[in-house]
Amino acid sequence: MLICAFLGDILGISMSFSVSDIEKTAQLARLSVTEEDCSFYAGQLNRIFELVEQMSAVDTENTEPMAHPQDIALRLREDIVTEHDQREVFQSVAPATEQGLYLVPKVIE
Amino acid sequence: MDLHTLSLSGLGKLLQTKQVSSVEMTDYFLTRIGNNTDLNAFITLAPELALEQAKSADKRINSGNSSLLTGVPVAYKDLFCTEGVQTSCGSKILSNFISPYNATIVERLQNAGMVMLGKTNMDEFAMGSSNENSYFGAVKNPWNLNRVPGGSSGGSAAAVAARLSPVATGSDTGGSIRQPAAFCGITGIKPSYGRVSRYGMVAFASSLDQAGVFATAAEDAAVVLQNMAGFDPKDSTSIDKPVPDFQLELQQTLSGKTIGLPKEYFSEGLDADIARAIDSAVELFKSFGLNIVEISLPKSELGIPCYYVIAPAEASSNLSRFDGVRYGYRSEHTDDLVDMYRRTRSEGFGDEVKRRIMIGTYVLSAGYYDAYYRKAQRIRRMIAEDFDNAFKQCDFILGPTTPTTAFELNSKVDDPVAMYLNDIYTITANLAGLPGISIPCGSDKKGLPIGLQLIGKYFDESGLLAMAHQFQQHTDFHKQIPTGYQA
Amino acid sequence: MSFEAVIGLEVHVQLQTRSKIFSGSSTAYGAAPNTQASAVDIALPGVLPVMNKEALKMAIKFGLAVNAQINRHSQFARKNYFYPDLPKGYQISQFDLPIVANGHLTIDLDGEEKVIGITRAHLEEDAGKSLHEDFHGMSGIDLNRAGTPLLEIVSEPDLRSAAQAVAYLKKMHTLVRYLEICDGNMQEGSFRCDANISIRPQGSTKLGTRTEIKNVNSFRFVEKAINFEIERQIDLVESGGQVIQETRLYDPDKDETRSMRGKEEAHDYRYFPDPDLPAMIVEQSYIDQIQQTLPELPDKRTKRFVDEFGLSELDAAMITQDRALADYFEGATGCAQGNGKTVANWINGELSAQLNKTDIDAEHIPVSVEQLGTLINRIDDNTISNKIAKTLFQQLWQQPSDITVDELIEQQGLKQITDSGAIEALVDDVIAQHPEQVQQFKDGNAKVIGFFVGKIMKASQGKANPKQVNQLLQQKLS
Repeated sequence: MLICAFLGDILGISMSFSVSDIEKTAQLARLSVTEEDCSFYAGQLNRIFELVEQMSAVDTENTEPMAHPQDIALRLREDIVTEHDQREVFQSVAPATEQGLYLVPKVIE
Repeated sequence: MDLHTLSLSGLGKLLQTKQVSSVEMTDYFLTRIGNNTDLNAFITLAPELALEQAKSADKRINSGNSSLLTGVPVAYKDLFCTEGVQTSCGSKILSNFISPYNATIVERLQNAGMVMLGKTNMDEFAMGSSNENSYFGAVKNPWNLNRVPGGSSGGSAAAVAARLSPVATGSDTGGSIRQPAAFCGITGIKPSYGRVSRYGMVAFASSLDQAGVFATAAEDAAVVLQNMAGFDPKDSTSIDKPVPDFQLELQQTLSGKTIGLPKEYFSEGLDADIARAIDSAVELFKSFGLNIVEISLPKSELGIPCYYVIAPAEASSNLSRFDGVRYGYRSEHTDDLVDMYRRTRSEGFGDEVKRRIMIGTYVLSAGYYDAYYRKAQRIRRMIAEDFDNAFKQCDFILGPTTPTTAFELNSKVDDPVAMYLNDIYTITANLAGLPGISIPCGSDKKGLPIGLQLIGKYFDESGLLAMAHQFQQHTDFHKQIPTGYQA
Repeated sequence: MSFEAVIGLEVHVQLQTRSKIFSGSSTAYGAAPNTQASAVDIALPGVLPVMNKEALKMAIKFGLAVNAQINRHSQFARKNYFYPDLPKGYQISQFDLPIVANGHLTIDLDGEEKVIGITRAHLEEDAGKSLHEDFHGMSGIDLNRAGTPLLEIVSEPDLRSAAQAVAYLKKMHTLVRYLEICDGNMQEGSFRCDANISIRPQGSTKLGTRTEIKNVNSFRFVEKAINFEIERQIDLVESGGQVIQETRLYDPDKDETRSMRGKEEAHDYRYFPDPDLPAMIVEQSYIDQIQQTLPELPDKRTKRFVDEFGLSELDAAMITQDRALADYFEGATGCAQGNGKTVANWINGELSAQLNKTDIDAEHIPVSVEQLGTLINRIDDNTISNKIAKTLFQQLWQQPSDITVDELIEQQGLKQITDSGAIEALVDDVIAQHPEQVQQFKDGNAKVIGFFVGKIMKASQGKANPKQVNQLLQQKLS
């Protein structure tokens, strides 16, 4: 994709999201996309990425990435047990439980 | 008595002098909400809990152990966790989620004695600028039912504008308090990042999200914010700094201070009516003795691209916990584990949420991280530096909150980019973590409200509230009630 | 062609904090399912992590102990993947800015030292557990373990054999227990290991394609799994095949590793800095302060035991392997007038045998240091014989008591007979009864002396001083 974008710049054509990009991304995100969705998504995501591409023209070499709005150090808490058992109330909103466990379709190891 | 026309302090005085009980007041607003369901401003009402809270508020008032907020009703955006009450985030995936705990701000306002009327409608997971992305249906703008109220806190804004609740909470990730406040003709403040606890506020984009308040007037917002704000040990991004007395600060001297007008905010694309309204507001501020300078925020136009990498990236990760295992919706037809995840999430999330999860997943994936995410973080710093430089020349930055007034329902749903551009003036304050406020400053030819935005220095909510309050002492835009909701 | 194995280890050490790394839940092992899983641990909507101070302290302790660099600026990052035992859909870990980097550990194998590089050690949270017993075709998820602090220690690929890998692991195991940052319990999963293994032609410097063997939870299995995997890779390459990069699982029942493909899909963890947790900044003064509290570490202690008490390198190393045992040694030596050598013999002989037999750990040795020290003193001053001392040691092991060794000797009348008159009588008796053997001795068979000693000791119920008996016999027989 990076190479594509670079070539795209040179050739003056805009890069585009392929169907396989969409499928791979959907798989990572645990979303299912139908074939129709795919082309619909591809169209919309391409428009959004055209917008995002505006950034590539900016020289950011001497700027550090900013991950947090403020420059603060992580605060640490004391190593004290403050929580008590709330399993019953937490599991009252769970889709499926048994013997205090959350149930899910079989995990294959 | 027309309780809905009163300000929060007006209502508070009635309660303190026992002319009206909290139970009566609560009942009054619940009835009013029931009579105005056409707005679709609420997802959940909690009448029984509200009356119970009202009763104990009355007891507190009788025992003399109360504050100005005791017994006054409030509505919460449906992304604040409220114990025992559905917290849906406007999503199908949490449509059956009863929170087992309270968000810190809910806890604090409850401790002050406020009565929760219910939970307001919103764009799903706060993603949207029109409140059309709700699983529970679109919210309508009380000024014109064919128009959007703005988003994502559209329900809270519409509720306060139609006087269904005297105040409401909201959250602002890219403009989600200020933009709907502008569209609905009310006051909305987004505090500095770190001023208000995020604990119990369902996360959209953690480095941008900040809880705030909707009210008709800035002085009401000040009282509520006073009680919400302050250090919370449960939030590692909460700042341990004393909260000033916002009410006292409303009267601070503004004369001699400087307003910066960013030239980028007054360029093409800005509606002429809005430009005119802002101009006259600037004139009024001038008359208070404030200086006006032109400033530049040269990286402003990069705000939207930068935001649409960072926010979806954080969101894609934040929304991974919605997997149908421990709470929330789970698809009924599942073959295996991966199938359960995919069906649950595909059926549970709406289109805009899925779109942003896709963008976020993509920009973080191997090979693209540096080109998109790290690049966006560098741009983010440049945007923050723009503000640092600007604030060397001025104390407040003033401009329009939005490029247009409220647009028509369904007019932008198929064009995400057009929708995103709505947040062009608000988004940069989130990227920089700065406080912002939107106040009504007029209306356009169609009779729709116009919002004026002020952005302040880091942690200067006091200054913003004072500016807004003193403006409102000389104007009555914030007192306008949409036709149809006056009685 | 001959091949060389290249092995790197990732050790997951559960830090023994009271509460979890990002929540106030207890980390105690063995609670009923999900009773130690708080709102933060089960990732309810809206909850946020707050970092545990003690976990950081333990990570720094470890870093200092392996002479590593402590990164004064480190950062938590999210590692994104879906799994039901991972409630948030991401694990909070560290990625490009770990707390510890560039350390090393020296292993000793058959007298040869080798320095193994430690690339990094980072803090992260443990996941929950999936229970695969059948719940109507479903799996059960227990999140009690979710959020337990882990230190993941990544070695350089410096290890060349399974034996070296085990030596490294054992050294690491000793170290983390010394530092009191991990209980080292491998059955409970407190100390776990993944091994990255590749092979290359002898002499080559290029790394081959590696496989990763997950979660091998005993030293023995680590050795077997690595040996199997090296053989498998060599066979594969020699038969013209290629090693593919994959995760493999060791099956101890069949003693083989097998591919985990199928479950494994292209991983793309999408690491990014966790926006809920600002950068972790550590002051140099804090690091210095922790440095002050570090205990004497095994290597240094071994050296000191050799220098101070004249122990052999081997004896000293065996004792210092376990901090509690080394403490016991020092305690007992203090009570035995500094006679460390004898104490070491006892520890590596009698005491180790008992430890192995009874499955008791060194922290709970039933014989007190005073008791062992006095036993040794009483042998020394001829109050009791070595044999009786051993019997008493057994007694105290089986029936621990506060009684002093002197009281015990008194009570059981075990005091050695040193009165030469009494011994002389015994000697005369025995000589008189065995004229045949006396003749043998006189004929030059010196070994017969042993026969007399045995008889005399028996007659005295072991209490006669053997030295005195010997002297008297020599006198009387010649």
